[in-house]
Amino acid sequence: MEAACNHNSDSSGRDYSYGPVEKQFFSIEDKDFTLQCGEKLQSITIAYETFGTLDENKSNAVLVFHALTGDSHAAGFYKDTNEKPGWWDIVIGPGKAIDTDKYFVICSNFIGGCMGSTGPSSTIPGKKELYGMNFPVITVTDMVRCQKKLMDHLNIKQLLSVTGGSLGGMQAMEWSVRYPDMVKSVIPLATTMKHSALAIAFNEVARHAIKSDPNWNKGNYSDEKKPNVGLSVARMIGHITYLSDESMRLKFGRKLQDKKDLSFTFDSQFQVENYLKYQGEKFVDRFDANSFLYITKAADYYDLEMQHGNGSSVKAFSKAKAKFLVISFSSDWLYPTYESKAIVKALKKNRLDVSFCEIESNLGHDAFLLFNNRLNRMIKGFLATVYKGVKESKNEI
Amino acid sequence: MRFDLQIIASWIKPESIVLGLGCGEGELLYYLKNNKRIKETGIEIKDSKVALCIEKGLSVLQGDINSEIEDYADNSFDYCILSQTLQQVYNPESLIKEMLRVGKKVIVSFPNFAHYKIRSQLLLAGKAPVSRELPYQWYDTPNIRVLALEDFKIFSNKMGFEIHKKAAIKPGEKSSEGKIINFLPNLFATYGIYEIGK
Repeated sequence: MEAACNHNSDSSGRDYSYGPVEKQFFSIEDKDFTLQCGEKLQSITIAYETFGTLDENKSNAVLVFHALTGDSHAAGFYKDTNEKPGWWDIVIGPGKAIDTDKYFVICSNFIGGCMGSTGPSSTIPGKKELYGMNFPVITVTDMVRCQKKLMDHLNIKQLLSVTGGSLGGMQAMEWSVRYPDMVKSVIPLATTMKHSALAIAFNEVARHAIKSDPNWNKGNYSDEKKPNVGLSVARMIGHITYLSDESMRLKFGRKLQDKKDLSFTFDSQFQVENYLKYQGEKFVDRFDANSFLYITKAADYYDLEMQHGNGSSVKAFSKAKAKFLVISFSSDWLYPTYESKAIVKALKKNRLDVSFCEIESNLGHDAFLLFNNRLNRMIKGFLATVYKGVKESKNEI
Repeated sequence: MRFDLQIIASWIKPESIVLGLGCGEGELLYYLKNNKRIKETGIEIKDSKVALCIEKGLSVLQGDINSEIEDYADNSFDYCILSQTLQQVYNPESLIKEMLRVGKKVIVSFPNFAHYKIRSQLLLAGKAPVSRELPYQWYDTPNIRVLALEDFKIFSNKMGFEIHKKAAIKPGEKSSEGKIINFLPNLFATYGIYEIGK
């Protein structure tokens, strides 16, 4: 296995990183901006970060989407903190797959999130209280329409590529059919056109855990009394779906944590139990429980075929014009390869330019976030070809 | 580039739309893209080879050629190429039919099993032949069927396709060199390359 090695030499991972970045904010002050559910918000703030420089022709912009619990901090690091670099620092940076010496990379926190963009944990304008469960139900379409507003604000009319994994891949595909004339290429990773019953089921159990926490209180909770138990259980469930049988067997097996023998109690004893507990506890510090409910719902609701093709994936992608690179991972049981192959089939039937590779990996769904040489090299080669094509067509004009 | 691929490349018109089945690491498609400005699609089953193709900037899909080809509409491609893979195909008849459906022209190449060295191994040594072109033992070969240039001619009559062009060749010591065999090709050529059409 080539994946999962520690790519960076120092412990913080900053050595090969893009460098310091700052979170920026943009507000949508459009009274006509209606969400898919029909509701309007007085104002929407979108947090975003950029990496690299926009070229003269504005032809090198790459829009990156984060997944369920990510944020705008895709690469680099914030000054005056000791935090590790952004969530896709192994892919985005100087000389990396998405080379910030060549491309201008943008990543925003989607609407409904809790990392700087307007979401259930935001304060209602002109009032003291938070939205909570009064926040309108948001969809992948809403996320993408907000990102389009951000592109307008940045005066970017063409995207060399749009890319993301998981829920990020859904946004990438949505971009390709919603704004086909803007998008030159799409790289959907470990994703699907619609959630399977399995994926919805796991999300529902996670939501149920939050809603069953007495502290949740129908979404009205204070900082002092948050539904941390429910949220951490939700995160634990999520983590199981991001791993695979094989990766859990290799990583944990039946190993015990700091013990030689079973203690015949109900404390966490197996390493896998401790791992999940730790992941759950770590998560509640940075994530809002209501946001988790809204975002998982948006992922469950997404159905590209229904929304754009009356149930036909071929019809849905008939609007697309971009070149595609679709990637799946062999041990991903949350969005298995057959779901990526369905995307590929629909693209082929529309005679769109599509490449597809199922990367052999035992790391499960998480594989798209971990260092993988093969993935990096494919993205790099693919982007270089698209960029070359764009530059050549500009010269011809 | 390999001699047999050079011959195939010489037959392809510039700016064609080309489907390469079992395209491997994409040597031929890469050459054609950069020298003849073709619009390429490759299909390859091995993930490591697919990744190498994509890295080079080729549009290549990982999958089984027999099922992947079904997604394309009639006459989607100017050329559909199956280079040195026919002997590994489970159902050549239906694959070639599919190739003739999606491609306006089809190019097929395969090792010639009637080459005199192969004949002599069977006749004189009395053993299953092993050659440079078919280097496997009977127990580990991926080549589940073997055929001679003559067989392909008979096959074309049976299936009713036309042979537009053919080249019987013998690569030299260096794989990039070789010669065309015009004298008794079924006996002296190690490979056959055919362009066929409906």
